[in-house]
Amino acid sequence: MYRIRFHGRGGQGIKMASRILGNAFFLEGYEVQDAPRYGAERRGAPIFAYVRADMAPINERGVITNPDLVVVVDDSLVGVPAAGVTVGLDGNAVLLIDSAEPPETWNERLNVGSRVIILPAAVAGDASVQAAAACAGAAARLVGAVGRGALEGAIHDELVDMLPDAVESTIKAAFAAYDHMTDQEGVVKEGTLASALDYARPDWIEMPADDVSLSGPAVHGGATSVQVRTGLWRTMRPVVDYERCRRCNWVCGSFCPDNAISVAADGRPIIDLDHCKGCMICVAQCPPHAIEAIPETEAAAADEKEMRT
Amino acid sequence: MTAQSKTGQPTTRRLMTGNAAAAWGARLADIDYIPAFPITPQTEIIEALSRWVGEGALDARMTMMESEHSMITAAGAAAATGVRVFTATSSQGLLYGMEMLYTVAGWRAPFVLVNVSRGLAAPITLEPDHNDIMAARDSGFLQIHCATAQEVLDQMLIAYRLGEDARVRLPVIVNLDGFYLSFTREPVDLPEKQAVDAFLPPFDPGPTRFRAGKPVSQAVAVLGGAPYSYFRYEVELAARAALPVYDEAAGDFADRFGRRHDAVEAYRSEDAEVVFVMIGSFATKAKEAVDRLRDAGTAAGLVRPVLLRPFPEAKLRAALIGKKAVVVIDQNLSIGKGGVLHGEIASALYGHTGAPGALLSFIGGLGGRDIGADEFFEMARLAAEAAESGEIPPPRLLYTGNELREMRKLQAIAHVEHAEAGEAS
Repeated sequence: MYRIRFHGRGGQGIKMASRILGNAFFLEGYEVQDAPRYGAERRGAPIFAYVRADMAPINERGVITNPDLVVVVDDSLVGVPAAGVTVGLDGNAVLLIDSAEPPETWNERLNVGSRVIILPAAVAGDASVQAAAACAGAAARLVGAVGRGALEGAIHDELVDMLPDAVESTIKAAFAAYDHMTDQEGVVKEGTLASALDYARPDWIEMPADDVSLSGPAVHGGATSVQVRTGLWRTMRPVVDYERCRRCNWVCGSFCPDNAISVAADGRPIIDLDHCKGCMICVAQCPPHAIEAIPETEAAAADEKEMRT
Repeated sequence: MTAQSKTGQPTTRRLMTGNAAAAWGARLADIDYIPAFPITPQTEIIEALSRWVGEGALDARMTMMESEHSMITAAGAAAATGVRVFTATSSQGLLYGMEMLYTVAGWRAPFVLVNVSRGLAAPITLEPDHNDIMAARDSGFLQIHCATAQEVLDQMLIAYRLGEDARVRLPVIVNLDGFYLSFTREPVDLPEKQAVDAFLPPFDPGPTRFRAGKPVSQAVAVLGGAPYSYFRYEVELAARAALPVYDEAAGDFADRFGRRHDAVEAYRSEDAEVVFVMIGSFATKAKEAVDRLRDAGTAAGLVRPVLLRPFPEAKLRAALIGKKAVVVIDQNLSIGKGGVLHGEIASALYGHTGAPGALLSFIGGLGGRDIGADEFFEMARLAAEAAESGEIPPPRLLYTGNELREMRKLQAIAHVEHAEAGEAS
């Protein structure tokens, strides 16, 4: 059985990537299971999705903890423990990562013994659907069991509601990544079945009966959500052009679902970048079109430059 | 998403989630009315139906209600007029509508309610366990528990036939687990509409049909006990009558569609010495464990109640009598008692010759907490050991040292905040 896990942020097409790969396996005659896993917060939040594929019916279910391939669309997630990127990575697994850094760097950082393969940003692209398709395409080639025809068919199926142009450019992105991985075709091997003979016994414990002051599910103190910098989830940054801004004071701030836009004494809207998740609703709502969406990587680079000068 | 089978023949198999399978089941059942209210992880079902109604692919009336309480009232009232009704909810929503679950079942109004299982607050979660559906256990709704997306679709059709049968006339809950099934895509064979129509003719309520021109009141009050008992006993007898009716419907379904959905699934249990008992989608994980245990030389099996209400007691007894050890895994917790299923299985076996000597109880999978293959193997090992020694271990709450360490870390953070708030002890 192939066990494949995709990691990214809500909005980066992780669910779509898993569906394209799952469907492509299915078109190749495999039994398939694919599923996303996310919480209440989605856009920008770390999420993952997984695919199981086997020629026999699949009874395994739930999160994959022994992956044969882990695909990471956003390399900033590797250092986020809650994202669980490294769960189950070992010498038998392959890590495919969309990153500007070389495999050696990731080998040193992670030290898990997995083979690291880089999906260059130039191949993966920026737009979420195309990037998702590129990840699925690259994964398909690494597995070696999925042909171009199945990949194309799967994209047609999954993008059935999209315009033909968008479908074509998505297929192009998937094929580009598929072709980029030619030399690594088949490096991902099917994982083995669990053994009931030499399994490690679970370290079950007797539950301690804790005092209610500890065991009640309370968050002590108010406004603790302020301490969680959800701004780190952002992939796009809204930037206000104060020349164009009419100081209307309420449209952007009222529509902001995270209450991350306040109004300064002089009437300028101020975006709290520690808590803006980058949903871009303000960009869409601003009457004079004074808010622009800029990729976070570009915005961060500009910040750094400014700090140096 | 259609595919070629391995023999090159076109098939109608396609990938769909448990939620999509529920929506397709409702669509193929030609439902007329959908009172709805959104809640995670059920919302995709009503989104799909809403889209089909909008596109004209499904000729039904859909109404967004202001709560699940109203939603279930509307479902029962519409079903009383003789139309085919579908609705869906989950978790907090099911409990919010709880008063009306009992009420509409008492009306003997048949319809299908899909519950997508999710743990109950507090604390709040989105992930699954069975405390929501167990809370509805005694309501008069029949309960069908699904393990795969294919079962969800098929059981939707069987559920309408079962509930609408003149010998039964009760609403039915089709239950599926959130995330593990609701958001998980698997290959599903989509039946032909004509074949479904032949299996499931339109609902004919006969003389019980409510018409605006012929008013009836459902708000009957009875005092003195005996009239009340009469009505409740009648519901009980109707639910018991549903056992053979289910067998009939599932048998006819198997003849027409080639897929068997027995009231109790017995997987490699015939010659098994150690048997797992569980419901829902985690049971497929138990199947996987059974296969691996068999590879390792342990005669393991799985017995899964598909129908939970009415309780298929005789079938369960037949499947479990003579086994050395039975492991009941409950994804629910009756606080202060333990696993609900464990108690029910014990009641089915108690005092019967050949009842397994070892009946073990494990609580796990609460709030989406996974149950690992290693845990299934360990449960089987402990069960075999208990059967050998005659010493039955007490019920175990599945939790690992690592999980507690993780919890302690979170509590340490909470404690710091506590101290900062100036309230530390």
